[in-house]
Amino acid sequence: MSGLADLVAEGMLVPYHAPWPRCTVQSSTWQRAIAGLVSVKMTLLGLWGETECVHMAVIEAATNTVAILSLPCPDGVYPSVGQAHPPAIRLERAILDLFGLVPVGLPDQRPWLDHGCWPESFPLNPPRTARRDSELYTFLPVEGGGLHQIAVGPVHAGIIEPGHFRFTANGEAVVRLEERLGYAHKGIESLMAGADLAGAAKLAGRVSGDSTVAYGWAFAMAAESALQLEIPARAIWLRALMAELERLANHLGDIGAICNDAAFPLLHAHFGALRERVLRAAVTAFGHRLMRDCIVPGGVSIDPGPDGVEAITALIASIGEQLPRLVETYDNTASLQDRTVSTGVLKPALATQYGAGGYIGRASGRSFDTRRTQPYAPYDQLAFEVPVLSEGDVDARVWIRIREVEQSLSLVKQMLSALPGGALVGSFADRTEPCEGAALVEGFRGDILVWLRLGGDGKVERCHLRDPSWFQWPLLEAAIENNIVADFPLCNKSFNCSYSGHDL
Amino acid sequence: MPEDWAIAELAAAIDRAARQRLGRSLSIRTVDAGSCNGCELELNALNNVFYDIERFGVRFVASPRHADVLTVTGPVTKNMREALRRTYEAMPNPKWVVAIGDCARDGGCFAGSYAVLDGAHSVVPVDLHIPGCPPSPREILMGLLALIEQVNS
Repeated sequence: MSGLADLVAEGMLVPYHAPWPRCTVQSSTWQRAIAGLVSVKMTLLGLWGETECVHMAVIEAATNTVAILSLPCPDGVYPSVGQAHPPAIRLERAILDLFGLVPVGLPDQRPWLDHGCWPESFPLNPPRTARRDSELYTFLPVEGGGLHQIAVGPVHAGIIEPGHFRFTANGEAVVRLEERLGYAHKGIESLMAGADLAGAAKLAGRVSGDSTVAYGWAFAMAAESALQLEIPARAIWLRALMAELERLANHLGDIGAICNDAAFPLLHAHFGALRERVLRAAVTAFGHRLMRDCIVPGGVSIDPGPDGVEAITALIASIGEQLPRLVETYDNTASLQDRTVSTGVLKPALATQYGAGGYIGRASGRSFDTRRTQPYAPYDQLAFEVPVLSEGDVDARVWIRIREVEQSLSLVKQMLSALPGGALVGSFADRTEPCEGAALVEGFRGDILVWLRLGGDGKVERCHLRDPSWFQWPLLEAAIENNIVADFPLCNKSFNCSYSGHDL
Repeated sequence: MPEDWAIAELAAAIDRAARQRLGRSLSIRTVDAGSCNGCELELNALNNVFYDIERFGVRFVASPRHADVLTVTGPVTKNMREALRRTYEAMPNPKWVVAIGDCARDGGCFAGSYAVLDGAHSVVPVDLHIPGCPPSPREILMGLLALIEQVNS
């Protein structure tokens, strides 16, 4: 079995790519990388296309090293990864939709993002003119007695994002869930191409609104790696401060919403109030409730000042004071536990195979956290724990969030007491040759991958943004099996995958 | 907190207006037509205890058949055009449409993409636009008040 370093050595290194190596490989190396994924010695971080090329980002478990392998495919075909490694299936279907590159050997080549509503097929690959019939969509067949189907979405009963869920049930029990996504597809990667850094950063901050800080950071970090920019220390710490506030806001909101879906609105009210307090501290400190556009390539655009620091300090104290009682209520309410314990179990083997990030992976035994596994400043200078459980049920996903709220509170405290002074934005060096960069940032939902190539004119040539949801959505289909239909909202909320981040 | 006072005043105004014009109820069906989910976060915040929008008879309903107002978020992706149109058509008259956020007005930063329609007005008649990226819950409340004032006037 080849290690990742061997695979990289077999290829041709691309110059001006940072911080990890990217190399152009031949089909044989591509196949060995697939074998590495199948053996779970490596985990797929991303798979995306270009006009005549496919790229695969992988991380090797034993060494925690990351590399990007690129396979030229001038004939418009490449050996399918998804054929042997299911986590790649939807990514390959998306590459086929956007670029017309055909994954040879993939049994499921139904369209994914393309619903037959765009003016042309393969919109990111204009030279490819053949039209694809994508209007008719067939769901996977289900056979057996006593089955009925329930179609839900894309418009849902609550205030949530658009997506379609096709349930096949036997009485109350779900025997199969099939998701159909792509409704929120906005063509962000096509808008990225040709955008300047500021415009592209704005787009990146709008891939998934709940993770606007994490996306802003990941995009900025990828651009800064490509341009080899030095970021002022204060900017780095403020970025992490915002990232932890974003994590707090989302986790607090999620814990409450999960309780609400288990018919316990009391905790929804309390946790919703805590979330609102985080957003109000954010607007005081950073001028925006979601802290959107506060991270810019080169640094940050706003300083919290003494008032902001004071607001965040008060917030942390207030949450720290209220949290233990709320957690105790969660833990001691039998009707709630009855709904969350042993519901929607995701088996650890699947979490590992799919490289599921965030609370979904960590509730099913996968300890991966970018802040620890691929540490970036300032997390390498802060003390924190990465909570891991192995039960994999709704309850475990709640507990991971609770533990992470506690960790984030501690991280914010540490950062406030050691916040360095200085400038907010670094200086840009003049650069005239093309360059490439990549970054992995831990959002509240899991690891976000951004890869980009900048042209000599400083504009974005190609940018790919991979939401953690790509590797989490398919697992919801597995976790819901044999649960009752009525528990789907609960399971779905405990996953809280992003539709927009996935559909892009 | 000044924010809370402002919201209390706003709430009282909505309460008076809704009582007069709509017999104390306003039912809202919301459709995410491809937003980044930022607007959904703030719409959901209207239900938290700080805003508690239901105390004024303004509530989000599950079916368009029960709705007076359709709120639309997102630039309207081509993949959501049909679902948005059908939702609007399922609503009984009289009905109003509120476009929420910068993308719902004209596509925002997604305008010009092959995959979007550049705003809610491309599919449904828009009565009011509430700007912001996303608008805060307070701004959404102010917008709804403006709509209620406009109704029947």
